[in-house]
Amino acid sequence: MTLRIEIDDLAKHFGAIKAVDGVSFSVSKGEVLGFLGPNGAGKSTTMKMITGFLTPTHGTVRVCGYDVLQDPISVKAHLGYLPEGAPAYADMTPDGFLKFIAEIRGLSGADRKRAVASAAERARITTVMHQPIETLSKGYKRRVGLAQAILHNPPVLILDEPTDGLDPNQKHEVRTLINEMAEDKAIIISTHILEEVHALCNRNVVIANGKVRFDGTPHELEAKSRYYNAVCVNVANIEQQAFETFLTSLDFVSDVEALDAQAGFRVYPKQGAQITAELSEKIRANGWDIDALHAEHGRLDEVFRSITMPNTESSN
Amino acid sequence: MKLHNIWFIMKREFNGYFATPVAYVFIIIFLLLTGFSTFYVGNFFERGEADLYPFFSLHPWLYILLIPAISMRLWAEERKSGSVELLMTLPVSVFEAVLGKFLAAWAFTGLALFLNFPLWITVNFLGNPDNGVIIASFLGSLLMAGGFLSIGSCISAITKNQVIAFVLSLIISLVFVLSGYGIVIDFFAGWAPQTLVETISSFSFLTHFDAISKGVIDMRDMMYFISLIAIWLFANALIINARKAD
Repeated sequence: MTLRIEIDDLAKHFGAIKAVDGVSFSVSKGEVLGFLGPNGAGKSTTMKMITGFLTPTHGTVRVCGYDVLQDPISVKAHLGYLPEGAPAYADMTPDGFLKFIAEIRGLSGADRKRAVASAAERARITTVMHQPIETLSKGYKRRVGLAQAILHNPPVLILDEPTDGLDPNQKHEVRTLINEMAEDKAIIISTHILEEVHALCNRNVVIANGKVRFDGTPHELEAKSRYYNAVCVNVANIEQQAFETFLTSLDFVSDVEALDAQAGFRVYPKQGAQITAELSEKIRANGWDIDALHAEHGRLDEVFRSITMPNTESSN
Repeated sequence: MKLHNIWFIMKREFNGYFATPVAYVFIIIFLLLTGFSTFYVGNFFERGEADLYPFFSLHPWLYILLIPAISMRLWAEERKSGSVELLMTLPVSVFEAVLGKFLAAWAFTGLALFLNFPLWITVNFLGNPDNGVIIASFLGSLLMAGGFLSIGSCISAITKNQVIAFVLSLIISLVFVLSGYGIVIDFFAGWAPQTLVETISSFSFLTHFDAISKGVIDMRDMMYFISLIAIWLFANALIINARKAD
């Protein structure tokens, strides 16, 4: 594991507003870090500081060992960045735009040609290379931005909402592209689309109000859900009231929730333990027929809410 | 400072002028106005002299109006579209970016100026002008255009709105020209100390350009424009650094 991005006690204050307030984490090669948080939590501000666009109020950022304040040019040379909204030079064609980026990235001649062709192919924009960028659809514009970011095959990628505003097919293509590159890069992706936690990331950092609230794997994030390992169960040949009393009496159950008549009950385990086998055994021991029984996954939207808005009571 | 980065940024910016009709419209208007001012305001024929003084002497006034139209987009558009974030996260320094963009605008102005060459052919056809004077005047005019452009570039960095950039640049350019204009000088001469009057007039483009447009190349006039460009571009870089993310 080689550390590619090291962020230590990073902060950015705009007057009295602390947009980012003491954020620390690091990202290694092979990691795809999903950077989650509500709008205005400080995701983009953090990314702008990593890429050297904003100067931190305090704290340090190192990319591939280079300090962003001391050697911003080396940092910028080692990373590819897709800013929020994928800005580009609207009156250029993707072909001209990517050639310009390649030149600035120090590629020339055959190398430049190869890099532009390969980036265009991987971002799937080969068919629109000679149309002005301003005439392209949102999805293509986003992919032109992606092509620009991956053009020089950088060891570090910072992508600010790469799939925002794309249709499901385009989202899938962009995710495939990112997954293809994941192995030999360190990638930070900001998003508020929770399905991407599983589709893309092998690690998550959740921030809210400028502070890190969670740092762990998608699995660990899910485990914070009250639904994690809860079991929905229904039986055929017993009165609902009696069944609920039975469920509540079990020592590994912390809570029981009545659902509608078809679905039966949702049983919450103590300390998120796996209780499916145990539960079905107990039910069978009583001679009841199980109609339906399945364990639930954690619900990310609920975890997201409880992490980012800890003061409000989370409802279903 | 890497020269090739400046070159790449300049090339992109210069081609950008021609990606839209803006460049062609500008060049045509510029040629019409220089033609009009040379023949009608400057009385090119009536003077009966084989030189391009009527052409060059009105350049400060043309530039006040036209140069802000070239410079207004340099940074304002970049900030408005958000592409400044892209540019400033590429491995280039802010000085390279400022210089590259400025040189592109300057090269474009030079091209527009050069396209007045039929006038030069005309005057050579009609008489025997001192072509050394004409070349000196041409370079002087280009240098002065650089001065106007550096003001415009810096002003375009403080706003995302091109119209504001245009109007502000126009007014500041006007101040820099008018400070050497007779009426203004007379106004101060009545009561202000002589040194103050001289200082004010020495800041004027007119004072420095007048000699150049007559073909007299004085190092002090050259230095005036070069240091003016350097100061405005330096301020330009500082403003971009401070305000790029606003």
